Amino acid sequence: MIIVDAKGLSCPQPVIETKKALASRPEEAAVIVDNIAARENVSRYANAMGYDIDVSFDNGQTRILLKRR
Amino acid sequence: MEKRNEKIRLAAAGAAIGLCAFALALLGNPANMGFCIACFVRDIAGSLRMHQASAVQYMRPEIIGLVLGAFIISLIRGEFKPRGGSSPMLRLILGFFVMIGALAFLGCPLRMVIRLAGGDLNALVGLAGFIAGIATGVLFLNKGYSLGKYYSQSSAEGVAMPAVQIVLLVILIAFPSLLAFSGKGPGSMHAAIAVSLAAGLAVGAAAQRTRMCMAGGIRDAMLFGDWTLFYGTAGIFLTILIANLISGKVSLGFSGQPVAHSDHIWNFLGMMLTGLASVMLGGCPMRQLILAGEGNTDSALTVVGMLLGASAAHNFNLAGIAGKGVPSAGRIAVLAGLAFCIALALVKIKEARR
Repeated sequence: MIIVDAKGLSCPQPVIETKKALASRPEEAAVIVDNIAARENVSRYANAMGYDIDVSFDNGQTRILLKRR
Repeated sequence: MEKRNEKIRLAAAGAAIGLCAFALALLGNPANMGFCIACFVRDIAGSLRMHQASAVQYMRPEIIGLVLGAFIISLIRGEFKPRGGSSPMLRLILGFFVMIGALAFLGCPLRMVIRLAGGDLNALVGLAGFIAGIATGVLFLNKGYSLGKYYSQSSAEGVAMPAVQIVLLVILIAFPSLLAFSGKGPGSMHAAIAVSLAAGLAVGAAAQRTRMCMAGGIRDAMLFGDWTLFYGTAGIFLTILIANLISGKVSLGFSGQPVAHSDHIWNFLGMMLTGLASVMLGGCPMRQLILAGEGNTDSALTVVGMLLGASAAHNFNLAGIAGKGVPSAGRIAVLAGLAFCIALALVKIKEARR
């Protein structure tokens, strides 16, 4: 699975990294972020690209699991 | 569904901000300048005697409120997060040039929208430049431009900028003789302190909750085809336009506009610089103040850079002059800012490719 580590990145960079990762239309991908704006923006973008989102929290990090619909 | 809610929230926050700006202009702030980050930071620089332009000196409580509003709401919502260390010095310089561009044009992106809603067509020229600057920034982002990662910082570091705002507020209320105040000109025109502070707090809270950004809306539309953030800008514009139409305050044209000039090339290039530097920073001047309130110390330093830029703009005769245009020193400064941004982006893109 493609894992995008976007920790420490401010918007719009987490979304740009997500866009790159989704360019090949993978079945699944995970994006790790550590700020709320990044979580919202990555979720919004992935949703628009036809991915379902599952967010889990662990130790100050947010892991966004993306599954193609 | 969630996306639609977000758009409604942004449009509603935009409407609230628009109403605040309209009301502030009615209650004493200069015309078409109910709320302007660049103008107000410039007035604060003057009030702190960092520049001697006697017409633009006032400790604007709107700016203090904006930072504190974002600070309080982010604390309540558990979103206050001290962080920094993503190229602080470069951000300070970018903040400096955001201001040089905005003061050549005579307004930040927020005031550009407010001026447009008042019928000031010079702002349309500025908007064209702003979009050109954002497009250039988007090109750089797509090529790998980045200022690097931020890191966690101590609570004391994160609280520093909000604390400075409290100190400024105490000085304004209890020791105003320390500050300089304009006797005439835009700096002398202001709403009551409590009104300005309340408006700043409200706008700060609304902007923090919605991540409102004047540059971000156009940027995201170009980068991802996502218009969500743009709804905030549209909400501000439409609300002020309607309020202006109802009260007969729209005067369509280029000449005779309040605190504006028709030096088209430099309105365009000034806002191009502001748009480009804003995208390279990750947000417009208002967004930088909000992030500073949330504990982002990189943004806090960007605000310091804006304060220095405002001081330089008036100490070295770089700012646009209402009714006239941009002096030659200001034109050179705008070109220097654009050159700096492009050179920095090229260096960063090269670094990213290694």
